[in-house]
Amino acid sequence: MSIEIRNICKRFGNFVALDNLSLDIPTGELVALLGPSGCGKTTLLRIIAGMETPDSGSVLFGGQEATHVHARDRQVGFVFQHYALFRHMSVFENVAFGLRVRPRKDRPSEAEIRERVMGLLKLVQLDWLAQRYPSQLSGGQRQRIALARALAVEPKVLLLDEPFGALDTKVRKELRRWLRRLHDEMHISSVFVTHDQEEALEVADRVVVMNRGHIEQIGSPDEVYSSPASPFVYQFLGNVNVFHSRLHGAWAEVEREGEAPAAGSIAFVRPHDIELDVAPLAGGMTAGVLHVHRIGPLVRVELEHDGETIEVELTRERAASLDLPVGKTVWIKPRQAKVFAAEAAPPAGKQPFLF
Amino acid sequence: MTVRRATAEPRWVRLLLTGVALGFLFLFLVLPLIAVFWEAFAQGAQAYWEALKDSEARSAMLLTLTIAAVVLPFNIAFGVAAAWAIAKFEFRGKSLLTTLIDLPFAVSPVVAGLIFIILFGAQGFFGSWLAANDVKIIFALPGMVLATLFVTFPFVARELIPLMQAQGRDEEEAAISLGASGWQMFWRVTVPNIKWGLMYGVILANARAMGEFGAVSVVSGHIRGETNTLPLHVEILYNEYNQIGAFAAATVLAFLGLVTLVAKTVVEWRMRKETEMLTADLPPEKTEQPPVVATESS
Repeated sequence: MSIEIRNICKRFGNFVALDNLSLDIPTGELVALLGPSGCGKTTLLRIIAGMETPDSGSVLFGGQEATHVHARDRQVGFVFQHYALFRHMSVFENVAFGLRVRPRKDRPSEAEIRERVMGLLKLVQLDWLAQRYPSQLSGGQRQRIALARALAVEPKVLLLDEPFGALDTKVRKELRRWLRRLHDEMHISSVFVTHDQEEALEVADRVVVMNRGHIEQIGSPDEVYSSPASPFVYQFLGNVNVFHSRLHGAWAEVEREGEAPAAGSIAFVRPHDIELDVAPLAGGMTAGVLHVHRIGPLVRVELEHDGETIEVELTRERAASLDLPVGKTVWIKPRQAKVFAAEAAPPAGKQPFLF
Repeated sequence: MTVRRATAEPRWVRLLLTGVALGFLFLFLVLPLIAVFWEAFAQGAQAYWEALKDSEARSAMLLTLTIAAVVLPFNIAFGVAAAWAIAKFEFRGKSLLTTLIDLPFAVSPVVAGLIFIILFGAQGFFGSWLAANDVKIIFALPGMVLATLFVTFPFVARELIPLMQAQGRDEEEAAISLGASGWQMFWRVTVPNIKWGLMYGVILANARAMGEFGAVSVVSGHIRGETNTLPLHVEILYNEYNQIGAFAAATVLAFLGLVTLVAKTVVEWRMRKETEMLTADLPPEKTEQPPVVATESS
């Protein structure tokens, strides 16, 4: 079922959680709401679920007005960050809950409930835990049970609030691939909230980057990463070096000085988009090596140029061939950069560089 | 050789502290309790039994139980409602409500009794209206129930507020999103989660309801066989130098106290077991293959 969000506003006291926000989520998509904490992403999810009421604006489910439909009648499955399993019920009863609370005429028979619950537990591969209590499960198992419980009521929409936020890295990785496959199997629309850019880029069909109650950019994971629409998106998705620059028509003159010129703009360069060499590079600039961090397959070199720090990422092999002792002077040159005007003006697009 | 931890106090300090604590307990709790039973049985079991079989004593016991039975349901309803409002919602005047709940602890019970005299007594605000309509509140059961309610209503709420705050709203929201009605959510999710805390609050409130003296004394009028509760009955008999009767009745109160203590211990034990279960170390992760989505879709 498609979800349409029209001009939603929501305040908590003086804090503006959502500022006239609109968003379309087509049927069958897995959409990530990505942003820093306090950007309004969870509030938006809770408004879709009917757990919060917007101050103004409307929510449409499958083209039907749903703003004031009660949460229990929305047919959404909601998965909480901290699982919210019913602690005094067994795993089986947790999953069965949504079926047992149905009005008598719609309630499946005991045999049907049993069959359906065990089917879902098999789906999440935890049927052997049916008689356990939530406290006896690991975090990853709890979240899978929470998912099975949400799916038991055959929701039209699955909403997940930081579903893997409380899990450790390894389990998190497993579960997010698993969620992706589950979503493809179930043919429902799913929306999940995360502050982890890697998670959003890996799992989602579309990423909605949010900041301070509004949407910065909507696009495929590749789009938001490789052509960010705003300085915020650029900085939020991955590491970045910031250069102050001056625009001369189609040229951007990039310098790394403390104060930006009045008509200045900002150039962003990803650490892996900077060429580094021990020999002079045409059009490059010099910098001194401050630290060399070896992080798994990558080597991150911290450089000092004009009193500011620049990060460059190299492959292990490249770093080994260069020999970079601390204090050595090297040459750097951005391969590509993205330049934004200093005011929150529309992005100026990719610019050739003049050093 | 015994291993001595670096943080352990020397042996004599431990013995001294334990000795002081136990000595104090014996002097102020055990000894008086023994004295009560000693006095009650001073003229033998026969006299003790006669004193308890006395019709005034029996009516006092019945009245005490009646008041407790009427007060407790109100306490439960008010306590759960107040705790729910405070723990799960944000609203104006929340801190005021939290403070007001503690009021009966801060106010002397005698003052509590006087409040009801001022409101419902013959010279009180509603006195003439009540008299005209032939409703008796003061010097009758309703007044005693009101006074007892006043002094006991914080117990359940105070017990539940921190519990409900710790549990948060997630489980209730999950229940609603799964299609439960408010009533189903309350009975299937909220009540099972708070039942031991509720029980604990009820036990404390009950102990206070049966033992309350000051507030009830002001509104009761001490009509023998009618508005005398067990604590009031003890005082009357004592003032009349009826040692056996007073102490016999006191043994009943002491016995109720002991029952409360046992019940409280059992509930505490259950609560601790439940929290242990909730916070227990998780068993080591089973060799968990990365879950694979079954091909049959449901």
